[in-house]
Amino acid sequence: MINFQYARPNEVADAVRQIAADPRARFIAGGTNLLDLMKSDVEQPSRLIDISRLPLKSVEETPDGGLRIGALVPNTDLAYHPLVESRYPLLASAIMAGASQQLRNMASTGGNLMQRTRCYYFYDIATPCNKREPGSGCSAIEGLNRMHAILGTSESCIAVYPSDMSIALAALEATVRVMGPGGERTMAFADFHRLPGDTPERDNNLEPNEIITAIELPPQGFAKNHSYLKIRDRLSYAFALVSVAAALEMDGEAVKEARLALGGVAHKPWRVEAAEAALAGQPANEASFAKAADIVLSGAKGFEHNAFKIDLARRAIIRTLTQAANGTPQSQSSKKIR
Amino acid sequence: MIAPTPITLTVNGETVAAQVEPRIHLTDFLRENLGLTGTHIGCEHGVCGACTVRLDGEIVRGCLVLAVQADGKSVETIEGLSDSGALDELQAAFRDRNALQCGYCTPAMLLTAHELLARNPTPDRATIREHLSGNYCRCTGYQAIIDAVEIAARARAGAKS
Repeated sequence: MINFQYARPNEVADAVRQIAADPRARFIAGGTNLLDLMKSDVEQPSRLIDISRLPLKSVEETPDGGLRIGALVPNTDLAYHPLVESRYPLLASAIMAGASQQLRNMASTGGNLMQRTRCYYFYDIATPCNKREPGSGCSAIEGLNRMHAILGTSESCIAVYPSDMSIALAALEATVRVMGPGGERTMAFADFHRLPGDTPERDNNLEPNEIITAIELPPQGFAKNHSYLKIRDRLSYAFALVSVAAALEMDGEAVKEARLALGGVAHKPWRVEAAEAALAGQPANEASFAKAADIVLSGAKGFEHNAFKIDLARRAIIRTLTQAANGTPQSQSSKKIR
Repeated sequence: MIAPTPITLTVNGETVAAQVEPRIHLTDFLRENLGLTGTHIGCEHGVCGACTVRLDGEIVRGCLVLAVQADGKSVETIEGLSDSGALDELQAAFRDRNALQCGYCTPAMLLTAHELLARNPTPDRATIREHLSGNYCRCTGYQAIIDAVEIAARARAGAKS
């Protein structure tokens, strides 16, 4: 690994000043993704600005009945937080579906949003990759693309965003608070991550001199009817081929309100409001769920090795919505899919 | 030229002061600078779990923590935890159940299992399996490790009742 300068600011404003002063600097919090990328020479920062001790570690109720999660709250603390377990169990479940205990202990909430793709070509600096080196080409489109995207792809990039936690945050309509030199602003979760288009080097809409300070959850947590189902090659410690976060508000046997977000299929958490709208007022049965799945996947396009994901996603959506409607969320320890 | 950075941390209860390059990770620091070679290095990419240590009481991947980030913190390794007796039941159960062969993954397995039992004294097998999923073992096929953790959990529960 190359050598680099190291700094550890104590205040958010100081961290923002330091990142603005050095375009090749990077923030480091848990480091679980960044240090790995540095060891592979994908990231070669001149300076690491260690933000891990900034005062952004609290979980607080907001006046409107929601929850504000500091950007540096570790994944483990968040998943086991009593208010998250009781009011936002979908989020707790998605966190426990990802990584391993050691990584969840280290990884931060904000850092999870900043995770980069695990596309093999992005990691292999001997191969062309538009995300790593703009204009060099995409090796995955004609290469090994089993894990790659089926929705929202471009001619420049078919990488997927790997987070589990963010899929739940998308379904819950979280808000991202960020701080920059000009002050604080908020972004709807749906606006945080980007599709690759012709600028796949940009994963999200955070400016280079901005820092995530908090994630806010609205009051509605769908605690009664939710499920996070992650389909992967191994039962644990693998990235999703397809994952589904489903949250329902029921009115007897019918769906009153639905949220549906997919992971492992696109460059950002994939959410289609038309599919959610189509579920509202409908009976909670397989026919309704299949119709929603078809809307979500309209326009899906497979590549040589990943076309199976389209049918897999369709069945996963139906299954996850069924689990949510029945109030029997997917267990992240037993892993048996019922 | 990057100047070494001064750090002061607690390792197994003892204060340690050193000068380290920012790029040195915690496991290298423990092994190379302090001679604590019970913490192993496998993949160095946060996958295999062999480098597991406790940082301020929680298990982490030592290969993905910079030594400079441990400044001011408390680090516990297999050496410290083993000497303290905290792992007695787990170590006995691993020995009794043949839950190791080459032993390379064992220190990290013990630390990871210890954290699980602290959080959940009576885990079922699926929970044990999930908690250990970030620790690779290439000898045992895992079954004996799951057995050993289950037995240690029972031994601890029995000792308390």
